[in-house]
Amino acid sequence: METRVVVSDENGLHARPAAQFVKAANSFVCDVWIGKDGRMVNAKSIVGVLSLGVGKGTEIVIKAQGQDEEKAVEELKKLIGEA
Amino acid sequence: MLKGIAASPGIAIGKVLKYENKLSLFKEKIEPWEIDEELQNLHRAVQDHILRLTELRDKTGREIGEKEAEIFDAHILMLKDPMFIESIEEKIRVGKNSAAAAVKFAVEETAGILKDVDDEYIRERASDIEDVGNGLIKNILNIDDGLIEKLNDEVILVAQELNPSDTARMDKEKVLGFALDTGGRTSHIAIMANSLEIPAVLGVEGLSKNVKDNDLIIVDGNKGIIIVHPSDEQIGEYNRQLEAYKMKKSMAEKECNRPCTTRDGKEIQIGANIGTPGDAEYAKKYGARGVGLYRTEFLFMDRNDLPSEEEQFIAYREVAEKMAPGPVIIRTLDIGADKSLPYLELPREQNPFLGWRAIRICLDRRDIFITQIRAVLRASNFGNIKIMYPMVCGVGELIQANGILQQAKDDLKKEGIAYDEKIETGIMIETPAAAIICDILVKYVDFFSIGTNDLTQYTLAVDRMNNRVADLYNPMHPAVLRLVKHVIDVSHRAGKWTGMCGELAGETLAAPVLVGLGIDEMSMNPLSIPRIKETLRRISFDKAKEFSKEVLSMEHPQEAQDACRAFLDQTGN
Repeated sequence: METRVVVSDENGLHARPAAQFVKAANSFVCDVWIGKDGRMVNAKSIVGVLSLGVGKGTEIVIKAQGQDEEKAVEELKKLIGEA
Repeated sequence: MLKGIAASPGIAIGKVLKYENKLSLFKEKIEPWEIDEELQNLHRAVQDHILRLTELRDKTGREIGEKEAEIFDAHILMLKDPMFIESIEEKIRVGKNSAAAAVKFAVEETAGILKDVDDEYIRERASDIEDVGNGLIKNILNIDDGLIEKLNDEVILVAQELNPSDTARMDKEKVLGFALDTGGRTSHIAIMANSLEIPAVLGVEGLSKNVKDNDLIIVDGNKGIIIVHPSDEQIGEYNRQLEAYKMKKSMAEKECNRPCTTRDGKEIQIGANIGTPGDAEYAKKYGARGVGLYRTEFLFMDRNDLPSEEEQFIAYREVAEKMAPGPVIIRTLDIGADKSLPYLELPREQNPFLGWRAIRICLDRRDIFITQIRAVLRASNFGNIKIMYPMVCGVGELIQANGILQQAKDDLKKEGIAYDEKIETGIMIETPAAAIICDILVKYVDFFSIGTNDLTQYTLAVDRMNNRVADLYNPMHPAVLRLVKHVIDVSHRAGKWTGMCGELAGETLAAPVLVGLGIDEMSMNPLSIPRIKETLRRISFDKAKEFSKEVLSMEHPQEAQDACRAFLDQTGN
């Protein structure tokens, strides 16, 4: 399952927001990916997420696969995007 | 008794604390049957390091603040990062690297990825990865280094080498002396030890292997000698020297605020080298009449952007007001080479000391230069400020810089902002080129200030940080002394003056020659001022003049040094 979301945090996915995002992703059993411009990285990897260089207003894709995929996509979307 | 390089004078007697930071000394390659063991080693270290960082985070949160603690959250996440850990595992499993080597390579790779991201803030996170990696490697190798941050007892620190990051964390009040396997007289540790007046002997090969924690040793920073397990007799002798030294120092400090004239009445201006406005107080306390070198780099460091004109103005004004009516020589930004600013993204160079640095950067990045010049000019209204450009090699650079200065003056005048219209302008003499053509340069300046560290390094073609050639670095080399003489003579013939702000100005031994050559001003680390003033008062200018002629004809630096020692001995202690 996947969804698209526009990042609303003032700082984009910088160190702190990125850390929060990765922490949240790690709380799910399923595999989670985050992608920008067609490049997908493991959302449970802080290095991966940082390396995407996501700024405010960037559209990203969140994709999850596994047991709790729906919940994962929904909650991660809420965390970084507009309500 | 072991011989090393006398890097910072003084004597220390105390117990050894060994500090290990050499991370490159480990086995890199492993055999196929060792893979499982190394993987286990890695996982144990990762878990252990996570625990340690968690403790550090909680402690920092309690003692300093939640915001400061967050950095450790990011570090912990990196240790849990599947991409990072998988990359390490692969380097062990497939690359047959030891766990420590695998971490090192994975860190380089990961830091490389982050350094490519088009976002400055994220690029800086590369250093977080490096930090985490270093901690992890230490954990794998079972190296405990937490101990230098808070020392309970006074110690003599013994190590193979010390990095700036090590010394930054160090509990400096408890360090009586340094004794290192590596390092030369101008390595950063020597510079730091000198400025803190902590005795240091560097470049003592094999020392750290031959001592244990708590061994009693003597560091003789005057002669460059280390004595391990000294005899009672040696301890007695050195204790006497230590007492005499302390007494002399306290007497010199009492006298330091008097002006400084030679025995026969020639006055020499004594200034301080400072880095921050706070240093100005300190400079005055130790008897500086002015500031001979204000290193403005510190204003630009430890931040994410350039300081504004207003910020710079406030700092420069503070120093000018504190030192008034004494002069304050502000050196414009001297970065590049060994001093980098992350937010300027200076390119990596093969030969940084011969590369894009100091005035060369400023003339290319005029926005930076003109902001600084404006701030200096505005501050000049509040004291006796002089302006000085670093690393000038030719008249072109000087004319360009003066042109920018003139433009800034014109702008300020139009804006109705006051500044000192007679502000003096000078250059550092730190390249052989500048010294040799100073008769041309002198037409465009009011003064020279000789930077002996770089002048020596460039003249003798010696990398000050390279241990193998460090002993070739000697500012008493006839080539350097002759350049110094030439610069002073030329400036005097033009009715101008020459100061010196390199380390040589703070060296007791050099004082007779410098005075004899006619130096007008000497600027140094504030702590050295009482000692130098005391020395200069003992010297007769007339005799020093004769003496300097003799020294200039000597063939070998060692001869010159011996002669200076004999000269000073004759003047009495």
